[in-house]
Amino acid sequence: MGMTMVQKILARATGQARVNVGDVVEPAVRTAMSHENGALVINQFLEVFKDTGLEPKVWDPSKIVLIFDHRVPAESSKTATNHKKIREFAARQGIPNLHDIRGDEGGICHQILPENGYVHPGTVLVGTDSHTTSHGALGAFAFGIGATEMAAVWALGRVLNVEVPDTIKVNVTGEFPRHVLPKDLILHLIGRLTAEGANFRVIEFHGPTIKKMSTSGRLVICNMTVEAGATSGIVPPDEETVRYLREEAGLPGPFDIFGPDADAVYDQVIDIDVAMLTPQIACPHTVDNVKPIAAVAGTKVQQIVIGSCTNGRLDDLAVAAGILRGRKVARGTRMLVFPASARIYQQAMEKGYLLDFMQAGAVVMNPGCGPCLGVHQGALGDGEVALATTNRNFKGRMGNPNAEVYLCSPAVAAASAVTGVITDPTKGE
Amino acid sequence: MAKIVRKLGDDISTDIIYPGRFMATVLPTETPQFAFADDADLNGRLKKKEIAPGSVLLGGKNFGCGSSREQAASCLVGHGLIIVARDFARIFLQNGINLGLQTVICPDIDANEGDELEITETAVTNTATGKTFKRLPLPKARQAIVDAGGLIPYARKKLLEEKGKK
Repeated sequence: MGMTMVQKILARATGQARVNVGDVVEPAVRTAMSHENGALVINQFLEVFKDTGLEPKVWDPSKIVLIFDHRVPAESSKTATNHKKIREFAARQGIPNLHDIRGDEGGICHQILPENGYVHPGTVLVGTDSHTTSHGALGAFAFGIGATEMAAVWALGRVLNVEVPDTIKVNVTGEFPRHVLPKDLILHLIGRLTAEGANFRVIEFHGPTIKKMSTSGRLVICNMTVEAGATSGIVPPDEETVRYLREEAGLPGPFDIFGPDADAVYDQVIDIDVAMLTPQIACPHTVDNVKPIAAVAGTKVQQIVIGSCTNGRLDDLAVAAGILRGRKVARGTRMLVFPASARIYQQAMEKGYLLDFMQAGAVVMNPGCGPCLGVHQGALGDGEVALATTNRNFKGRMGNPNAEVYLCSPAVAAASAVTGVITDPTKGE
Repeated sequence: MAKIVRKLGDDISTDIIYPGRFMATVLPTETPQFAFADDADLNGRLKKKEIAPGSVLLGGKNFGCGSSREQAASCLVGHGLIIVARDFARIFLQNGINLGLQTVICPDIDANEGDELEITETAVTNTATGKTFKRLPLPKARQAIVDAGGLIPYARKKLLEEKGKK
């Protein structure tokens, strides 16, 4: 009986020939990422060492990555103090990989990790962020953990008590219609599975459409697998993975590239033909409340957001800028654009996208999580509606429980910015 | 006996339990004040200590979905609440177990606000209706952490074993 991608990764990470679904294992960690909540990890890490007589030392400073993104630049003295604590800890422990608030190397953790070569196919990556699922795009088993669990990783170098998960196989076929994007595919899948439909399981993506998809698109679909409850999403690495790792992440290789066994056993298999898809919208207040755009087209929108760890990458900005170029954001609607990293910001500047956005009336913000989680920048007023390329629309998510958030692709966001109402980009161009 | 002080619906997200704008507060000693901060009634009763430790919040399906923020678990631990739900989202359940939050998985639970529950290792009885419902065991990877008294003592034990070996 063959093994799935994640079974094979966990077997390697535990030095075994095979692991079975349901086994409890302690896999070795290749990359351990924390953002601002690193401040809590530090606290819990010191707790682990308390009264042991041992000096608190992280297991391997080179494998820890610290990235500031949730509140950059700091919105409060409390956040600024957390940032300071993390910088001091990194210096004390000799952790070299700290992506601070900088215009050359800063950005959202789930863009910084892949673009800087911290994601290694076939290995285990953990992050104190639920969207750590993103990095399955490059063939890693990547999943979100809590701060205390990360403290144990910092101390021991492995994740304690992981139950080998079952896997759902998703076969994707067909050509995307114009302005239908990977975001529409994942929203459609979440709508089908429901918010807990993949709970405690992994979603493994296959099929010719995935083969043709760029790493950027794969990051979008793996990013949002957690919204169906999945432990992670994963794409078996291929030529595109190697291209990304060499050309964009700057890794020399060689890479340990392997896929699942041909006779791997899956919990269920789902087939999707994207040629049949129209733009999809996740309606308030759950991500699985997904409707085809026709059901909500015409809904008035006060704030458009393009960005986040889901859809703030260069190709997302290219699509949106292409739609907005030479047009104007409707009066009564404001539009905020957050490039996902400093590198993407610079590339978007060179390609002229930022100028397109600004001339249309959008506000280009600094890379970071922005309004996605309602912490700072771009909060909503009572009764207002936002249309965002972000990943969550829970009540209160964008900072106000008396507002509504709809989720969509960058093409829908840009087309709707022009009209001020939810607008189908595949129509009337 | 544990009284249900609030019946909540399905998909109660970590944004509802602990809104993002309070995430700069991280210490388990400081997070309880922001539990259900956007729910003035529940937050107010918790802060005024009108809800006794050992009280039950009754959730539906997928309790704790969303972010990995550990504050969503630590703020509930601080009030000594027991969470009974049909099922839990993975990261929230793991965080709860790591921090010693009492989580009870009871897929068929039928109860209302004000009802008193009798909770054993294998069952939950609603004393208002006399009905008993099966309680599911924790995923097996979690029980060892509960038995150790939480993840910090568990990890400490592993650390000492490892350093002893060297």
